Amino acid sequence: MAKIKLDDIRKVYAGGVEAVKGVSIDIEDGEFIVLVGPSGCGKSTLLRMVAGLEAITSGTAQIGARTVNDVEPADRDIAMVFQNYALYPHMSVYNNMAYGLKNRGTAKAEIESRVREAARILEIEDYLDRKPRALSGGQRQRVAMGRAIVRDPAAFLFDEPLSNLDAKLRVQMRIEIKKLQKSLGTTSIYVTHDQLEAMTLADRLVVLNGGQVEQIGAPIDVYEKPASTFVASFIGSPAMNLLALQKQGQSWQLQEGEGLEIELDVAAEEITLGVRPEDLHIIPQGQTSHGVLTAHLIVSAVEPVGAESYVHGTLGNGGPEVILRAPGKAQFAIGSKLDVTATPDKLHLFDGNTGKRMEITPMRVVA
Amino acid sequence: MKRVQFSHPLLPYMLLLPQLAIVAVFFLWPAGEAIRASFYLEDPFGFGSTFVGLENFSDILTNAEYMRTAWFTLFYTVIVAFFSLSIALLLAVKADAVIHGSATYRTLLMWVYAIAPPVAGLVGIMLFDLHVGPMRDFLAHFGWDMKVGVNYWDTAFVMAIIAVWKQIPVNFIFFLSGLQGVPKSIQEAAAIDCRSGTRRFWSVTFPLLAPTGFFLLIINITYALFDTFGIIDIVLKGEPGNNPITLVYKVYVDGFRGNDLGGSSAQSVILMVLVFALTIVQFRMIERRVHYS
Repeated sequence: MAKIKLDDIRKVYAGGVEAVKGVSIDIEDGEFIVLVGPSGCGKSTLLRMVAGLEAITSGTAQIGARTVNDVEPADRDIAMVFQNYALYPHMSVYNNMAYGLKNRGTAKAEIESRVREAARILEIEDYLDRKPRALSGGQRQRVAMGRAIVRDPAAFLFDEPLSNLDAKLRVQMRIEIKKLQKSLGTTSIYVTHDQLEAMTLADRLVVLNGGQVEQIGAPIDVYEKPASTFVASFIGSPAMNLLALQKQGQSWQLQEGEGLEIELDVAAEEITLGVRPEDLHIIPQGQTSHGVLTAHLIVSAVEPVGAESYVHGTLGNGGPEVILRAPGKAQFAIGSKLDVTATPDKLHLFDGNTGKRMEITPMRVVA
Repeated sequence: MKRVQFSHPLLPYMLLLPQLAIVAVFFLWPAGEAIRASFYLEDPFGFGSTFVGLENFSDILTNAEYMRTAWFTLFYTVIVAFFSLSIALLLAVKADAVIHGSATYRTLLMWVYAIAPPVAGLVGIMLFDLHVGPMRDFLAHFGWDMKVGVNYWDTAFVMAIIAVWKQIPVNFIFFLSGLQGVPKSIQEAAAIDCRSGTRRFWSVTFPLLAPTGFFLLIINITYALFDTFGIIDIVLKGEPGNNPITLVYKVYVDGFRGNDLGGSSAQSVILMVLVFALTIVQFRMIERRVHYS
């Protein structure tokens, strides 16, 4: 158990490619941190630098009170769970879990009791004598977890551990990992490209893009106050609607197309307006808008997913596409026109050039 | 089991016929002839033969010279197989770890493979020649007065060196591809589990190379037993005298130099039985010891 402190970590590969561009994160003892971002954002590289599998080009990584930049992976007191499990195919499940302890000179009886205990927690006691090839994907995943927990390390590092499992098993293991981490209280860094996995597991999320941190925060804070258009579109499914607006005289217009009416008091030339699909509400026939925003939507597609339906539509005639969440039972005809609205506190504004969040509340609506 | 149906019942046999004919002409027939000849005493000038039963075999097995050759062959095979495998493995591990210019290293290490055994033998002979050999001069600095072709063990040493040198590239290629087949994530998991690189190699990498290793062991034993004929012939310049020879070379010497066709055939039959036994043992071992993920 330990704090982990990353200070301005950079990774530049031999060819000059900069994979990680100065990342600083302070991780508390026992905290579950999830690094999330699209592929190629540097999240795995960052994790591998903490593990010692990649050299740190510059910056410092501390585990506990120790700077570990030049410490061998085996001496960093970390355990890692790999995407493809990386079990030793020639060793039994027992020996897979015992290997790291044996190499550290742990007493035989101690190894035995720790492996048995881990096997009991993970419910793999019956498979201890088997070779990994005789196990299913889910069982292998458990063995990989077991190999990490028997070590009782300062930190767990997870590199997309669930992405090789089928959807049902993934949800089940996700919950188990969360429970296990809470009960063991071991500091954890978890890498995933799956925003749902990231949201459900994390104490704090680190959203990475192009080797840089876009935002660090509790999942709900990141969801409710995304720091940039990148975070806004990456976290949440379906993604937040983002509309590019430009100033025309005193009012704001869509850069392409029409069908949106809004009045904002913002000192900028170009902004991006964000609204989550669940924050767009349909105005019933005969009523008028009471939000700050009114949009006229032509329904182009409906995706019913059971409890709710995702309604896709274009703003006005040929404007940008938006998505809204409607109750599952609601019926929509393709091509029909909807008037939708949103309340001011549910609107997100981003700088049109930098994509950064702007903390300005929209003032009032044009009827 | 999937069964393939042929329109004509004889067709599958016809398709197999060319292969079967080759096996029959180049293996079964000569092997049968050897077995038959091993029971006869052949006249050296081809004027008939006399049936002598197992006398050829009992002569061979009680012959001190034959037993000495057998022991040397065993020793030679073990030495050649061991050193060509271990040196190749060492080189493969080092070449695998090279990041810059790895292609150059690999090409250089595989170059020797393109040299024919007799040429390798000639190059070796030149290196260790009594009068002009640079290696001989070099070793003379350390007080080793090497006399290839005269001293039994000096000759054996050169025969082994050339055979090992010739075989390393083949083993190297196989080991290198074997090493590159070990998943990177397993090596990384091991790096986290075990500090010592040497220990990691023996406990994780080496066992995962087992399939390659066992395959190469068969290849190398066969090589040392049979394919070193050309090297031995060149080193001995066709004049074995009192120098070390292997069983295969002795078959040739006794049969074609000594004109003892019966005795030579009996020796061939013994080798055949040996190879047969070896094959069974090795395949049994492979089935038991080799594991894939």
